[in-house]
Amino acid sequence: MPDTNLLSVRDLKIEATSYPPGEQPKRITIVDGVSFDLQKGKVLGLIGESGAGKSTIGLSALAYGRGGAEITGGEVKLDGTDILKLGKGGIRKLRGARICYVAQSAAAAFNPAHRLGDQVIEATVKHGLMSKQEARRRALYLFQVLGLPSPESFGDRFPHQVSGGQLQRAMTAMALCSNPDLIVFDEPTTALDVTTQIDVLAAIKQAIEETDTAALYITHDLAVVAQISDDIMVLRHGKTVEYGPVQQIIETPTQDYTRALVNVRQTAREEAADQSNPLLKVDNVSAEYSNGFKVLHGVSLHLCKGQTLAIVGESGSGKSTLARVITGLLPPSEGKITFEGKPLTPALKNRPRDDLRRIQLIYQMADTAMNPRQTVREIIGRPLTFYYGLRGAKKTARVKELLEQIEMGNGFIDRYPAELSGGQKQRVAIARALAAKPELILCDEPTSALDPLVAEGILKLLMKLQEEQQLSYVFITHDIAIVKAIADSVAVMHRGRLVRFGPKSQTLSPPFDDYTDLLLKSVPEMELGWLEKVLATRRMESAGN
Amino acid sequence: MRLREIPITAWIGLFGIALAIFCALFAPLIAPYGETEVVGGVWQVADGQFFFGLDNLGRDILSRLIYGTRTTLFVALAATVISFSLGIILSFIAAVSGGVIDTVFSRFNDLMMSIPTLIFALVVLAVLPQYLFVLILVMAVLDSTRVYRLGRAVALDVAVMEFVEAAKLRGEGKIWIIFREILPNTLSPLLAEFGLRFAFAILFLSTLSFLGLGIQPPTADWGGMVKDNKDGIIFGIPAALVPGSAIAALCICVNLVVDWLLKRTSSLKGGRGDA
Repeated sequence: MPDTNLLSVRDLKIEATSYPPGEQPKRITIVDGVSFDLQKGKVLGLIGESGAGKSTIGLSALAYGRGGAEITGGEVKLDGTDILKLGKGGIRKLRGARICYVAQSAAAAFNPAHRLGDQVIEATVKHGLMSKQEARRRALYLFQVLGLPSPESFGDRFPHQVSGGQLQRAMTAMALCSNPDLIVFDEPTTALDVTTQIDVLAAIKQAIEETDTAALYITHDLAVVAQISDDIMVLRHGKTVEYGPVQQIIETPTQDYTRALVNVRQTAREEAADQSNPLLKVDNVSAEYSNGFKVLHGVSLHLCKGQTLAIVGESGSGKSTLARVITGLLPPSEGKITFEGKPLTPALKNRPRDDLRRIQLIYQMADTAMNPRQTVREIIGRPLTFYYGLRGAKKTARVKELLEQIEMGNGFIDRYPAELSGGQKQRVAIARALAAKPELILCDEPTSALDPLVAEGILKLLMKLQEEQQLSYVFITHDIAIVKAIADSVAVMHRGRLVRFGPKSQTLSPPFDDYTDLLLKSVPEMELGWLEKVLATRRMESAGN
Repeated sequence: MRLREIPITAWIGLFGIALAIFCALFAPLIAPYGETEVVGGVWQVADGQFFFGLDNLGRDILSRLIYGTRTTLFVALAATVISFSLGIILSFIAAVSGGVIDTVFSRFNDLMMSIPTLIFALVVLAVLPQYLFVLILVMAVLDSTRVYRLGRAVALDVAVMEFVEAAKLRGEGKIWIIFREILPNTLSPLLAEFGLRFAFAILFLSTLSFLGLGIQPPTADWGGMVKDNKDGIIFGIPAALVPGSAIAALCICVNLVVDWLLKRTSSLKGGRGDA
């Protein structure tokens, strides 16, 4: 029987040695018994949470193990040849020529000292597949296919001169340049804003169709992978959970884990009816950096007690800046903020301690928000001592009580942050905020660095705490799905301006302004053909303009 | 922590330092002869009676070496500890405060560093009365400029981390932020620097003594002993090499221990590495 598969992976096993502090080094299995096939021109989506081994599998298609990972079993066949047996020289001939890799962070993957054009054609020319002139012509063609602005001169620019989305497309051009048989996309759109993501997705999809390349597409976002793949493989802890055509996975998943992924965040909360009595009132606030760069332009909004205000926007929209202004880290240049009817002192250092206590902040990255040299006991205990003078047994008892509230056991009390998982770290950060018994918690994208199911747990916890303790949240996010799930009122921000503000039902229903419309339409939906539909309406709009 | 986990190199270092401390503490008991006692001929060669031979005045080198440990170790250690306390406190205050305080401190530090250390020390020591504490303070202040540089760099790195911001939002004062949030996260590079600076302090003291502005004769110190016996080298007499080797050995021992501490702190649970 002739082998029609371009790439065929059988019983792949990847191991690594881990060095836990204070313990003997041990062997851990990262990927165990994974098999799949890929035909020419098809796309296989690898999906899973962090640590599921999806990137490791992707790299194994290049016969590469990152960070000490070794491929210890199975075979990876490209056109019938097992590339694991090729040896260094043979693999080098494949990489960058027949198999290419697109990394998650294009900003980090491009050399900032060289022009984009030279980097895009470098591998192709080095492999002797094309002359420099031919490669340049090919790059120009690819820049056009990928919809890059002024493709003739695009290659002359340096990486810092183009936007993140353009860089990611340039990287795709680099991968496509040598006319490879297979491209491995490793979370190519994860670091991008939704409105940019959709352009890059469309560009990648079109480029794959145009050049008839096969691709492995690695992501943690099922909605994204549904738009671009033919088959999907769901991974967990290095093992295959479910593997099948995209339609089957999305519409009739057979495994519980897949079902959880598909159904994540489909609950929506009813918004509070009464939104008239504000706890926090931001009145015509502007802010600028010390160099005079204005980052907020006359923002006015308010939040009632026990409710959630979601602030949505892309990176650079000023949503985190607004939180910094409320905390006093960046005093406003104009306007005022009132809290419980009394004006808040603009600058942090002049604020009374009790005002500081009543407004707490939860960061996006729990890793950097906690001192790595302090134990959970010290981290949660400090606000107790600082604000309430608790010491000794009383403090320990209260810390344990807080650990109970965040659904973590007492066993965690003497651990360091490095010994906690991402979700646990964020829970400890929440406990630290709760320890102050605040009235308002500013949540700055607390779930966006987490895997979907873990993020769901954090959101549920926040909702539970809100109900129990009448907490008010300002929830900063770029994820519309979260907004639908938890918000009472919504503020949409764009380039430092408030575009839209009001109760959720009003803000998220038509008629929309242009920006909100674009934002809402760009959020990937778990629906086949969604990308084409959106692109079609967009094209019609631009044709109409 | 178990003793078994200490690597052999660290044991060597610890042993060397322990030996030096032991010599310093019990010098009168273990030294075979007095510190300034003339016991034989000039540059008499080593034999069973005089283990390292005699020096340029006929004093026993081994005895002077043992006595010299006292001054060398004490002065170098005191100077390094003071320079570190000074440098770290000032640099952390500058890093946390920023603005005018940072500028004033840093520019003053630049000013101090722009004057060659040795010449500065020579001028200052020539003017000031010759007390031991003056010597230690001058050495400490001059060395603290280097510590300040490093301290400010590592502290700035940590001071922009979100957990420091979180502490500020809580309303914590500067003292807490410096000693509880920043210092534990900067220990690794600072410890490494400490080992290096301690070695430099021994060498600097030796240099000063060699030039006649450090420890005053007849008190023994290792640098001074090199100076006293340097003329012998021309005649093929190795007396100067003995204190020279002692300086080298102590420096190596200190660094062996520091290397081990460094590995320990950077592999601490959740450490930031030797960033």
